[in-house]
Amino acid sequence: MGILNLFKYKTFTHGIHLPDKKEHTRDQKIRRLPFAPELIIPLSQSFGTPAKAIVSPGQEVVRGEVIAKADGFMSVPIHAPASGVIKEIGLYPTARGPKTEAMIIKTWPGASQRSASFEPVNIASLTHEQLIQAVQDTGMVGLGGAGFPTHVKLSVPSEYSIDTLVVNGCECEPYLTTDHRLMLEHPAELLQGTYLLMKALGAEKAIIGIEDNKMDAVQAIKDKLSGFEHIQVIPVQTHYPQGSEKLLIKVLLGREVPSGGFPYQVGVVVQNIATITQLGKLLPKNEGLIERVITVTGTGIDKPGNYIVPLGTPIRFLLDHVGFSGKASHLILGGPMMGSTVASLDVPITKPVSGLLVFNEKSVEKVSDEIYPCIKCARCVDACPMHLNPSLLGQLATKREYEPMQETYNLMDCFECGCCSYVCPSNIPLVQYFRISKSILRERAREEA
Amino acid sequence: MIELRTSPHMKGNLSLPQIMRHVVYALLPICAFAIYQFGISALALIAVVTTSCVLTETLFNYLADKKNSLHDYTAVITGILLALTLPPGFPLWMGAVAGFIAISMGKTLFGGMGFNLFNPALLGRAFVQAAFPAAITSWTPGGMAERFTQFIPSSLTLPFTAPVAVDGFSGATPLALHKFEATTTPVTDLFLGFSSGSIGETSSLLILACGAYLIIRGIMGWRIPAAIFISTILISGVFYLFDNTFPSPLFTLTSGGLMLGALFMATDPVSAPVTPAGMWLFGFLIAAMTIIIRLFGGLPEGIMYAILFANATVPLIEVITQPRKFGHISKKNSKKTGNAND
Repeated sequence: MGILNLFKYKTFTHGIHLPDKKEHTRDQKIRRLPFAPELIIPLSQSFGTPAKAIVSPGQEVVRGEVIAKADGFMSVPIHAPASGVIKEIGLYPTARGPKTEAMIIKTWPGASQRSASFEPVNIASLTHEQLIQAVQDTGMVGLGGAGFPTHVKLSVPSEYSIDTLVVNGCECEPYLTTDHRLMLEHPAELLQGTYLLMKALGAEKAIIGIEDNKMDAVQAIKDKLSGFEHIQVIPVQTHYPQGSEKLLIKVLLGREVPSGGFPYQVGVVVQNIATITQLGKLLPKNEGLIERVITVTGTGIDKPGNYIVPLGTPIRFLLDHVGFSGKASHLILGGPMMGSTVASLDVPITKPVSGLLVFNEKSVEKVSDEIYPCIKCARCVDACPMHLNPSLLGQLATKREYEPMQETYNLMDCFECGCCSYVCPSNIPLVQYFRISKSILRERAREEA
Repeated sequence: MIELRTSPHMKGNLSLPQIMRHVVYALLPICAFAIYQFGISALALIAVVTTSCVLTETLFNYLADKKNSLHDYTAVITGILLALTLPPGFPLWMGAVAGFIAISMGKTLFGGMGFNLFNPALLGRAFVQAAFPAAITSWTPGGMAERFTQFIPSSLTLPFTAPVAVDGFSGATPLALHKFEATTTPVTDLFLGFSSGSIGETSSLLILACGAYLIIRGIMGWRIPAAIFISTILISGVFYLFDNTFPSPLFTLTSGGLMLGALFMATDPVSAPVTPAGMWLFGFLIAAMTIIIRLFGGLPEGIMYAILFANATVPLIEVITQPRKFGHISKKNSKKTGNAND
């Protein structure tokens, strides 16, 4: 970063500049976490229909085998993250709040953790449909946090054609460094995955967009770029929330995804670094998604870093392992701007979780207890990346005038990035207002339907 | 105990009381210069008006059974700003009335901070302009020898009596001189503040510097003052080009309350638009109305009414200047943005 970069690299208008707080983990190599004695595997880990368990209590499973199969197109299978025995299938707490159905695996001790082996696939020989099927079989969902099934994103309606695959290496949330480390340590898999997805989409080029606080990653990928002629690496300014796909498309290609629309409507598909890197590794070996890299950081953590965590590892085990001392008062899954807090240490790490942030009481970011009236200072108007008017939307929300919020002021374009709440000097919980308003509007639409 | 919160979990570190405190800091040099120029009369006027505002706010909070809201500093700002727009020898009791009207009619009547349609300080001043037309147009020149030991006689007028004019204590403002006596005060005097006028409006340079401090610190937006300055120069420039008996753009910019109004009154966020285009339009309206009142009205100064009228147009301005939202592309422009599949 630096003042010169302000002119050097492109970015979008509005948004905010955040303290990036990545210094504790950006230089920590990715390390492997041991297996917890019990893994909690929710059947629903992502957007879409929950998977269907195909194992029963008492059954032994081998690391890597399918233990729940996809239930339809909007669903992905789940693979056993460790060898062991299914202890039970029941209701367990998850990050989303209500308890959901989960499988508990009692894992064998560490030494026997060899993955089941599968027939390697010759990717080059696959047809488009077979490739999409292969992606679904890996159980892959967006690992950047959205958790949208990857194969669905790759299945573009036939009336559209894709010319560009955008690889999202922004990692614009503070604290998180998993994408950064993956780009530094696994550029070959990243490029392999990029190539495979370009093929799956029929895209003629790919652009890897990386924020300029990770110039070492830009270099690491450029070093491996020979042989991949249609893949470009473009640094962009460090600027929140650039990792939002619509904004990144605008920055890199100058195209604007229509309101309520999808990137394929402008000929683009966006995938996150972690998703693509995993696919680059898993697809040729015909394996499934059983672990992911997450950043564990925050106050009171002795060994902050980037860890490969078997899916289903309870937060409690993770915290024990990174030497957590003290009292957690605030546990966040994901980044500090868009992540959600969890109520229980028994919540497991699932596919879309990119980070675990722990704040203890003293360090909880300053939240003033007093909410003042809106003084219309317009800071939120200048911050909203979707160019909405949060000040006005907030006033409408308090008056419960939900319909004009949607119809005249485009509330549904809000993706809850948190910029407006962050800058509001009156401490008005704008994002919270919008979340509630949106769910009320959705509810009303359902009732009418 | 694990707390549940909703995102975002980070918060910027600028709070409302901090913003308002910085505005108070920025007003202090202007107050100091006012006191230097006009002595203890100015000091007493600032103190009385501000106290009146603070007491009024406390009284109305008490009557409405609301929490004390003094710690947000907005009552103090209204008080100081209002005092700065009054003539040096303005009777103190009238100052107290102005403060009471500003807070009661201008602010608490609408529901308190954040809800007022008009700038409270200017509303208070508009009231005393109508109620006490003689007192509010009696100007005392600055820098009088006994200003630190002696009150200007009219300051100490007893409540509900009119001040008696005393010789040697009057001097017309540059705008009045220009309008009624065709005498133009040099711009350097206007810039440095050695002219007569309301206690806080005399030095354009100082006001500009204090406003710049707030803009640079990110406390205040730059668009509204910029819009007022640019529009003022353009509009008065056109008049001046046609007939140079009209005041020059530089004179228009530095005389009267324009500088104070542009930087500290029109920028009151509550009574100004939130949309960027709206801010430009708002600034243009203020400049245009100020110049029309100055050139063709019966009053030498028009910035106060211009801002109040512009305040009234804000709800409409906001409706017609909503920004183009991301992803809402008109058919005409879609080619330009290169959307492949439109």
